[in-house]
Amino acid sequence: MAAHGVCPSASRLRLVVKYASLQSRCAVHTKAHYSTVYNPSEKTFDKVLIANRGEIACRVMKTCKKMGIQTVAVHSDVDSSAVHVKMADEAICVGPAPTSKSYLNMDAIMEAIRVTGAQAVHPGYGFLSENKEFARRLAAEGVAFIGPDTHAIQAMGDKIESKLIAKAAKVNTIPGFDGVVETAEDAVKIAQDIGYPVMIKASAGGGGKGMRIAWNEEETREGFRFSSQEAASSFGDDRLLIEKYIDNPRHIEIQVLADKHGNALWLNERECSIQRRNQKVVEEAPSTFLDSVTRRSMGEQAVQLAQAVQYSSAGTVEFLVDSQKNFYFLEMNTRLQVEHPITECITGLDLVEQMIRVAKGYELQHKQEDIPINGWAIESRVYAEDPYKSFGLPSIGRLSQYQEPLNLSNVRVDSGIQEGSDISIYYDPMISKLVTYGATRAEALSRMEEALDNYVIRGVTHNIPLLREIITHPRFISGDISTNFLPEVYPDGFKGHQLEADRRRELLASAAALHITAQLRSQKVLGPLRLSSAPVEDSCWQLCAELGEERHPMEVTKSGDVYTVEVDGGRVEVSGQWNLSSTLLPLTINGSHRMLQCLSRDASGLIVLQYLGTLFKIRVLSKLASDLNSFMPEKVPEDTSSLLRSPMPGSVVAVSVKPGDTVSEGQEICVIEAMKMQNSLTAAKQAKVKSVHCKPGETVGEGDLLVELE
Amino acid sequence: MAAFSAARSSCGLINGLRVSFRSLAPVKYGAISASAPRTRPGRDCRWYSVGRLSVKERVDEKRKAALVGGGQKRIDAQHEKGKLTARERVELLLDPASFVESDMFVEHRCSDFGMEQDGNKFPGDSVVTGRGRINGRLVYVFSQDFTVFGGSLSGAHAQKICKIMDQALTVGAPVIGLNDSGGARIQEGVESLAGYADIFLRNVMASGVVPQISLIMGPCAGGAVYSPALTDFTFMVKDTSYLFITGPDVVKSVTNEDVTQEELGGAKTHTTVSGVAHRAFENDVEALLNLREFFNFLPLSNQDPAPVRECDDPSDRPVPSLDTIVPFESTKAYDMLDIIQAIVDERDFFEIMPNYAKNIVVGFARMNGRTVGIVGNQPKVASGCLDINSSVKGARFVRFCDAFNIPIITFVDVPGFLPGTAQEYGGIIRHGAKLLFAFAEATVPKITIITRKAYGGAYDVMSSKHLRGDVNYAWPSAEVAVMGAKGAVQIIFRGKENQAEAEAEYVEKFANPFPAAVRGFVDDIIEPASTRRKICRDLEVLASKKQVNPWKKHANIPL
Repeated sequence: MAAHGVCPSASRLRLVVKYASLQSRCAVHTKAHYSTVYNPSEKTFDKVLIANRGEIACRVMKTCKKMGIQTVAVHSDVDSSAVHVKMADEAICVGPAPTSKSYLNMDAIMEAIRVTGAQAVHPGYGFLSENKEFARRLAAEGVAFIGPDTHAIQAMGDKIESKLIAKAAKVNTIPGFDGVVETAEDAVKIAQDIGYPVMIKASAGGGGKGMRIAWNEEETREGFRFSSQEAASSFGDDRLLIEKYIDNPRHIEIQVLADKHGNALWLNERECSIQRRNQKVVEEAPSTFLDSVTRRSMGEQAVQLAQAVQYSSAGTVEFLVDSQKNFYFLEMNTRLQVEHPITECITGLDLVEQMIRVAKGYELQHKQEDIPINGWAIESRVYAEDPYKSFGLPSIGRLSQYQEPLNLSNVRVDSGIQEGSDISIYYDPMISKLVTYGATRAEALSRMEEALDNYVIRGVTHNIPLLREIITHPRFISGDISTNFLPEVYPDGFKGHQLEADRRRELLASAAALHITAQLRSQKVLGPLRLSSAPVEDSCWQLCAELGEERHPMEVTKSGDVYTVEVDGGRVEVSGQWNLSSTLLPLTINGSHRMLQCLSRDASGLIVLQYLGTLFKIRVLSKLASDLNSFMPEKVPEDTSSLLRSPMPGSVVAVSVKPGDTVSEGQEICVIEAMKMQNSLTAAKQAKVKSVHCKPGETVGEGDLLVELE
Repeated sequence: MAAFSAARSSCGLINGLRVSFRSLAPVKYGAISASAPRTRPGRDCRWYSVGRLSVKERVDEKRKAALVGGGQKRIDAQHEKGKLTARERVELLLDPASFVESDMFVEHRCSDFGMEQDGNKFPGDSVVTGRGRINGRLVYVFSQDFTVFGGSLSGAHAQKICKIMDQALTVGAPVIGLNDSGGARIQEGVESLAGYADIFLRNVMASGVVPQISLIMGPCAGGAVYSPALTDFTFMVKDTSYLFITGPDVVKSVTNEDVTQEELGGAKTHTTVSGVAHRAFENDVEALLNLREFFNFLPLSNQDPAPVRECDDPSDRPVPSLDTIVPFESTKAYDMLDIIQAIVDERDFFEIMPNYAKNIVVGFARMNGRTVGIVGNQPKVASGCLDINSSVKGARFVRFCDAFNIPIITFVDVPGFLPGTAQEYGGIIRHGAKLLFAFAEATVPKITIITRKAYGGAYDVMSSKHLRGDVNYAWPSAEVAVMGAKGAVQIIFRGKENQAEAEAEYVEKFANPFPAAVRGFVDDIIEPASTRRKICRDLEVLASKKQVNPWKKHANIPL
């Protein structure tokens, strides 16, 4: 491979041959496999500090280890036993939990670099990855920044400037106001000029933070206020800009890779349209929507932009694409993206390796025509959040059980946590990026289904129910998606998998079989007994299951390991190994294999099963118990409309009411910030405020009482 | 007759004797007539029944009457209150068709206040008694029938209960009482009181011999409360059960306090404030199903080892999550339940008194199928310190385990005993001594894991090596010392400067498991992830442990 630099044409030929041979077998296995082989004679750095945490820190370290580079982790005190810390050769604590005092603490990180003698820093994404001041300080100390140089970060980091540069570089841009918006009234005026809807966003922003869409004057004012607050707290820069909001667009981005010698490549696109609150949930590469002409012209514009700012390293140019395949430049992210693995899967490149090479000053190994689209890759972002609340509000907790589906082939899981890890309010609630790969999209999708079913996460609420619904939705499967996919498909909010009659029977039968298995096991007392046992030797049971409001009488018979269940006028045969200590329940239901998960099973017959991604609570009782249960009184839950509870853990930013105030329905009562998102909590009804139980600056847990109405 | 002789021989109570003489007439009659069909087998009974119902028909009629207790109207009323009938409860509690009833024909013998009238006699009186099986294992049960005189306790009612308790003791099987009774049968006067005392005596005699469980499913007031109080475990049903010495009316007249039944003696009060009840369940069905589950953990008597159930959970399963569970800062809390659930079989932990004295966690679980008792300090609540309530809660649990051959696993993270006047005036010294006493006298296998702090006297108390702990482990995060660094330094280096430096030295010397390990006070310092494997292996070896305390009539635990 050393020949690359010397004889480009010969090496290109070899690479092409290599890709051709790769096409026949799958490039990705349980761990990331790259088609470019690391060349040990190409010396880069001895020691790299990774100024990040979580999965991306681990991801970068993996490549560093492959390249024989020593790694240094930085961490906050609560992260002392985090995976990325254990994985690194050295680890330095850079401050307490809040990011502003640790992962954003430049002084401490600079000190860590000095102490460890790291020659280069990989910033990952977020935190200091697009901070020009950090890049400048590194340069001053003679430490390499594994990313673009200060100039490019500055040019692209500022949305206003980047738009001007893009225009100049002949990149398609969205109509809008190319300047900083000073006040809310300014915002309203500009918005009227451009025409509603408009998008208000932080000039320094990214990742959906500090971004609001407004359809009228009032929303513009509110959006201005929220965005500037969020921008200030997330980026320390509250400048905002406004532009035309393109309704129903797709979000498609181009990965670019450039070196310090003026070479730049586009590594095809990533379709990131499935978003909630402007944050990506499911991504895929390539996009079903692009034809090769559009792809090429997007790629070429992206490269033009990169070259216009003398970009080096990996970067991403984001575009909005409308239904006519018109595309508009959105922004350029001058860093490694969260969703970079899917590009790696289809191109075979290790982007982190390329970034490190480029940072050292090597020329790119590839030419544009070497970049293949090899199969299809899908990424699901697995978050610790409750998908039933506005498609995902953060949840926190301790991963009491955690098992990645790495037993399956063509699955890649990028994670920075393990069993026992805490998901805290301080950091991003992402658990992992689950990537599946296949020769075709259908293959990748069905593998994703399996992977989600085999993924065991206990201790925190997670969004697997939503992910699985998305990737099995007919609209998604047909590729008919836009950034409005979620609100359009679930206008009343996500409600979990809606069971069809057949599936419901399967679920109930599985629960019944599990119930009987556990019952029979209770009778198996081992050892010599003073008083002999008299087990009930039944082989037929009358049961009744409650699912939601409905009751389903069942008749279960057992022969060997096979249960036959008569339920809802159908017959279901269920068999399996019935390991009662395992969460995963690989069952054969009416001849087809299904992976269920049993999350809990209690004495009162309640069984919580994860089936088709969604959790179902089924109460299985004997017929007798069920009949008697009908005499049991319904316990009235407390009326919650007058109680405002925190929907998630976080800190109180503002309380807009005081006792005695009268609030109308929908009026803002207080604002909770969690994972850097500000959430406005509103009154569920018109009422007088009885008492306020929180004050700004306080930390609150999920379910904590904030305000009580009369 | 044979049944009564058991009652007589066991205690020779005058009351019991009188009862059996009184009921002799119907029994004799029954015995003679019962032999009649045997002389002419195959013949129709009607041949003998001239002018009155045949015995068989009378038997059928009585049985039918017994099955409906106080009649359909009262059954409906019971259901309306969200309560099941005595028989429904027994049926749900026991394995299908396993119930063998006794004394279905017993009737009360009161002749005052018109009680002798036929309409006031109910076959079986106000309690259903007998034996049955729970998951195949023998159990004796009584279930008070609120539909008959409000479940009030007559002499006959007490006699029925005593009979099954006596048999449970002779056989060696647990007794479960389902309480739903308005109290004493006032019409019977002292006979009812005598009945209570007969039951109390048997509760005491059975204590430590067979497990006794009370499930309060309705009112239980006055002297009646002492039977549940004497049993090993008292469970309650939320909203429908009450336990109190005197009801709200009497309270009002004596102390002028306004209090509702629920506040005075409801499930919430007794599971969170008084510590009288060990757990509460939503309703009758849930309570009975949970009781079945709970029963699986218990041995049948003190002659039996802790039961071993078939287990799918590998005994050598590593638990990596434990390696990160103890926070680096020793001031930060974590949840001891996380540790317990991760270590035990199938995360299945039946917690006892989950809402009372939450600074200590006790309950039953299984290790490789074998029932174990778990005791753990809970750093999440009051730093896991020992106070009056937690000491008493822990002590009672440890003594139950010791009485019934259940190994005890203790997880230690204790900063000490709670200071303050409230505790001292309340007698923390004598109450704390109970826990110390209980651990010290226990001869069952005792395994202790120090997860973090083991400070001061509380270290000694928590099943330390010095109290005959069989296996004592420390995690690397363990700190065994007289007290925390700050306090210690203030005493050792009083008035000296450089407190911070001294503190660092103290931490270096004592805030780790070595001082205890070099003296052999802990047997090993183990990786948290290996805890389950190690415990399972130790329990296998300790299954044959034999240890006997010196002969004594009984010990004198500081009450």
